[in-house]
Amino acid sequence: MSKGVITAMKPRTLRRHFRESFKNLRRNGWMTFAAVSAVTVTLLLTGVFLVIMLNLNKIATDIENDVEVRVHVNLEATQAEKEELRARIEALPEVESVKYSSKEQELQNIIDDMGSDFSLFEQSNPLYDVFIVKTLRPQDTPHTARKIEQFEQTETAVYGEEKVENLFSFMKTARNVGFVLIAGLLFTAMFLISNTIKITIFARRKEIEIMKLVGATNWFIRWPFLLEGLWIGLLGSMIPIGAVSIGYYYAEQAVSAKMSAHFIEFIGFIPLVVPVTALMLVIAVFIGTWGSFLSVRRFLNV
Amino acid sequence: MIEMQDVTKKYPNGVMALSNINVTIKQGEFVYIVGPSGAGKSTFIKLMYREEKPSGGKVMVGGINTAALKQRSVPVLRRKVGVVFQDFKLLPLLNVYENVAFALEVIEEEPSLIRKRVMEVLELVGLKHKARMLPTELSGGEQQRVAIARSIVNNPKVVIADEPTGNLDPDTSWDIMRLFETINERGTTIVMATHNKEIVNTIRRRVIAIENGRIARDEQRGDYGYEA
Repeated sequence: MSKGVITAMKPRTLRRHFRESFKNLRRNGWMTFAAVSAVTVTLLLTGVFLVIMLNLNKIATDIENDVEVRVHVNLEATQAEKEELRARIEALPEVESVKYSSKEQELQNIIDDMGSDFSLFEQSNPLYDVFIVKTLRPQDTPHTARKIEQFEQTETAVYGEEKVENLFSFMKTARNVGFVLIAGLLFTAMFLISNTIKITIFARRKEIEIMKLVGATNWFIRWPFLLEGLWIGLLGSMIPIGAVSIGYYYAEQAVSAKMSAHFIEFIGFIPLVVPVTALMLVIAVFIGTWGSFLSVRRFLNV
Repeated sequence: MIEMQDVTKKYPNGVMALSNINVTIKQGEFVYIVGPSGAGKSTFIKLMYREEKPSGGKVMVGGINTAALKQRSVPVLRRKVGVVFQDFKLLPLLNVYENVAFALEVIEEEPSLIRKRVMEVLELVGLKHKARMLPTELSGGEQQRVAIARSIVNNPKVVIADEPTGNLDPDTSWDIMRLFETINERGTTIVMATHNKEIVNTIRRRVIAIENGRIARDEQRGDYGYEA
């Protein structure tokens, strides 16, 4: 018996740890149920939150990419002066494309969008002729607009600044609130897992004492409890993963059917569900094993 | 086998349990540890299987310096030492066979070896025919036999017993003592803390008396020396 402490785990031993961990789960059925439920609620909210944030992010990026500078041309500008303005805008290095839209076209757009009430303005069109400028990169939009504003024959150069910035500030707030909420829930779930494991350990303290006396290694004692926490985490992730996947499958279909006219598009089913599921699994495994690790460390003194 | 040099033990609450202990116990010896309650017997015993660490001095067990032993290496020591207690410490939901096998299972022995060794030691303690019974179906003496079987199942060099007959009637105590003698005859060192005057005075062995945390007496073939 002079051999040292065994470090590599034998398959037989691994099987034993699995058996023991399932036995523990069954033995404290109600605590297991409470801990699994806590993980379920936490992950469900985390998953829904993630899905919403990722989609808002995508929509914001899409809108940002759509941002254009609308250059209102001085009402007195002659045809030649308009041509010159166009040439100067096109010469700017940031500019990708320039499109001309006459004030008649502009009014027609409004009538199409808002209804025929606006056809009254056909008598005396109050709008400007407009150059619609797209920049190569969305973040160049503001200073390109400022440059164009300096040109002769430019009345004003505007872009959808507020629209984008409002969306971004809304997202920032939503993200912070969401993170606080989820952090609180993660903590609660971990606390419940930790307590469940504590009860298991308490129920088996005599067994653990004997294991220590006859020379079981600390890891040998620890493994079943870590696995128990892992199962709780994984069991708790099943319903949220299913619900988020199925829910998103229908939500994405409904949105793409209804909203495509408004150029709003959700992230596709697979590109969203795969990373969200993976993340939920990682969180489940983490809170499960970490929750039990904490109580094992405190309780076993190993 | 066991060597203590200038060992002191002071508990965190300030109690000086042992001071200036110097003892050498050779392989194959049978040693009684006697003394009044609270004199330091239990601490002495606990130092040997590293339930407690000495505050000063050196405790060597089977070539291992227990004071310097890292927490994660404690199992190495425990596998060389068998421990028996007054309250048996059996697992109530496991039967006799499983209780003994447990000691080998948790140190990851081969299943075929476990079966062979468990049956051997159950034969030795005379409980082979009760292998399938639960501890609650056994008498106190039989339960202690199971505990002894568990303590020797992995062939330790030394068995440490803390009041092994404390909960047993006199007749049963003699049976248990005969069992310890048999184990000792097979070459295993036995260190036993006891209050049983009759046993110490009849089965004459080395006696170490501890009083007020010091060794008051260390005699080969000594007697109990206290009024029971």
